[in-house]
Amino acid sequence: MNDARTFAPEAAPRDRRSGLAVWLRRLEGPQTMGRGSLFWLAAGLALLAAAAYPQFSDDYTVGNAAYFLVWTFMAMGLGVVWGYGGALSFGQTAFFGLAGYAYGVLTINVGAAYGFTWLALILSVALGGAFALLIGYFMFFGRIRGVFIGIVTLSVTLVLETFMAQTAGPQWRIGEARLNGFNGMSGMPPLTLPWPGGDLVLYPGAQLYYALLAMVALCYLGLRMLLNAPFGNVLVAIRENPERAEMLGYDVRVYQMLAFGLGGALAGLSGALYTAWGQYITPSSMGLTSAALPIVWVAVGGRRDITATLLGTLLVLTAFQQLTIYGSQYALVAMGALLLFTVLLAPDGVVYTAMERLGRLGRPGRRAGR
Amino acid sequence: MELAATLFSTAYQFGDAFAFLVISCAGLAVIFGMMGVINLAHGEFIMCGAYVTAATARAGLPLPLAILCGALVAGLVGMALERAVIRHLYHRPLDSIIATWGVSLIATQGVLIVLGSTMQGVGTPLGGVAVGDRSYSLYRLVLMGAAVALLAGLYWLFYRTRFGVVARATIERPQMARALGVDTRRVYGLTFGLGAALAGLAGGLYAPTMTMVPTMGATFMVESFVTVVVGGADIFVGAAPAAAILAAIRAGLTAWYGQLFGQIGLLVAVIVVIRILPGGLSAFIKRARR
Repeated sequence: MNDARTFAPEAAPRDRRSGLAVWLRRLEGPQTMGRGSLFWLAAGLALLAAAAYPQFSDDYTVGNAAYFLVWTFMAMGLGVVWGYGGALSFGQTAFFGLAGYAYGVLTINVGAAYGFTWLALILSVALGGAFALLIGYFMFFGRIRGVFIGIVTLSVTLVLETFMAQTAGPQWRIGEARLNGFNGMSGMPPLTLPWPGGDLVLYPGAQLYYALLAMVALCYLGLRMLLNAPFGNVLVAIRENPERAEMLGYDVRVYQMLAFGLGGALAGLSGALYTAWGQYITPSSMGLTSAALPIVWVAVGGRRDITATLLGTLLVLTAFQQLTIYGSQYALVAMGALLLFTVLLAPDGVVYTAMERLGRLGRPGRRAGR
Repeated sequence: MELAATLFSTAYQFGDAFAFLVISCAGLAVIFGMMGVINLAHGEFIMCGAYVTAATARAGLPLPLAILCGALVAGLVGMALERAVIRHLYHRPLDSIIATWGVSLIATQGVLIVLGSTMQGVGTPLGGVAVGDRSYSLYRLVLMGAAVALLAGLYWLFYRTRFGVVARATIERPQMARALGVDTRRVYGLTFGLGAALAGLAGGLYAPTMTMVPTMGATFMVESFVTVVVGGADIFVGAAPAAAILAAIRAGLTAWYGQLFGQIGLLVAVIVVIRILPGGLSAFIKRARR
């Protein structure tokens, strides 16, 4: 499956302008769909609509929307690892859970004063990323490929779940924080902004929603730039043909390990934010069912494009919450069926395929429309 | 006498872990080694075998026959699944993982909806034997025998029968086998069915020792995957020694530090093996033999 946009020649000319301008130009490029004023106009309108949304809704619904936004980081991270890097990881939840627990342990021990929660967030993300780098080192420097990566990552997350589930009892504590085994941790403070005239506590609601929306937008744009940078190009080259990339002089292992670390850090960001959002985290967040969720979002949305991943994740999350309201026990069956039909009928992902069709419509003169 | 009892206890622990690893990984290893498909619905085939075994045994069938029934039903379900889904995904191994995962989600939750959160199981038969001052389950000793018999039976099937020759030829050189008149699609279908039946057999064999819940397949997953990864692509060369080594690690760690460290030890062993021997034990053994 050699993408025409993989090695598009127009990406090649070297830019001699300042560093920032180079990075801004990379918002558009061969590795991401969508370019030109029309696309950015639509993106801007979508952001505006998302920003205006809390004005027309109650606090509970907005907190719920914030919950959806929490998950998008993990999905985008998986999109980078799996869609762009070609390494299917079943274990993003391991980094999610690790960072979630780390956030809980740190904030329960230190508290929320002086904006420490944000430092705890950064430390948790760093921990998730570092753990992913370690696992990635063993996997990619051990030359594990294809399906074995899935098995190793799945084992990691299941073992972590088993470990955390048996930490009941007072002997399992880190400082003040009891791990509480199967029931999980709770009672950690939410994200808190130090503010003149009293700290701003971001409970699920409009304020947390805005903070998360800004983070999602920044993360999305940042990933677009990174994926169109040489790093992203090499990553796609490795996905298409590892031997060729190696012959061209790239150390395939390093690139894959770094991509995996990035995916782990993003999963960690989701995990820490999840803990901050609901003020609890349980071992089942690393279990088999939880591990399936990111795969479903990314597979259904479309893994080969970060925009499709983001939109698909939000779409699937919304659809499943609606489904859960009407019959929670059928939600998992529907999810499995959705996965099955996506793989069989729209292997590139539903949103991805739709976006590609739309792109062709917009440019009738060009055959591929990319 | 004290020493003999301790030795027996250690050997029993080891044998128990070995039997569990071999029996639970056989179906996965056949499907992966022969077809390159990672079957994430492996645990659900095990669950299917266990449920059928329990249902037929409680309906009055003798346990050995009930276990065979479980294996048979799982095998038939497997062949149906191969025809409906897996067949279209042979050239996309990553997608076949995802598809089988979808199947696994549907099966687990579907069974939960239809049959409820638990089902009455069958008791462990055969009672126990006393060695020294401790009592050991006789049924678990039977399981150890079953594991050895399973390995021998698979070896016989793949190296001494016509089906085995045709299957191995199909795996090695599909085009050549087709040119010689082998119906490769049928071989793939049968191999997948065999793998599913082996999983069902595992479920049936362990049904009397476990609680029957829809998620019971998941308890087998980690162990079977770990064994397949350590063993490598060739199950006959790799799986048995891999199971032996992992069983030793697990029995030792479990005896000294408890269940959890047994499992963590397995994971560490896998990561180390993968780092040192990327092709698994079978690649290592084959290279050494040459």
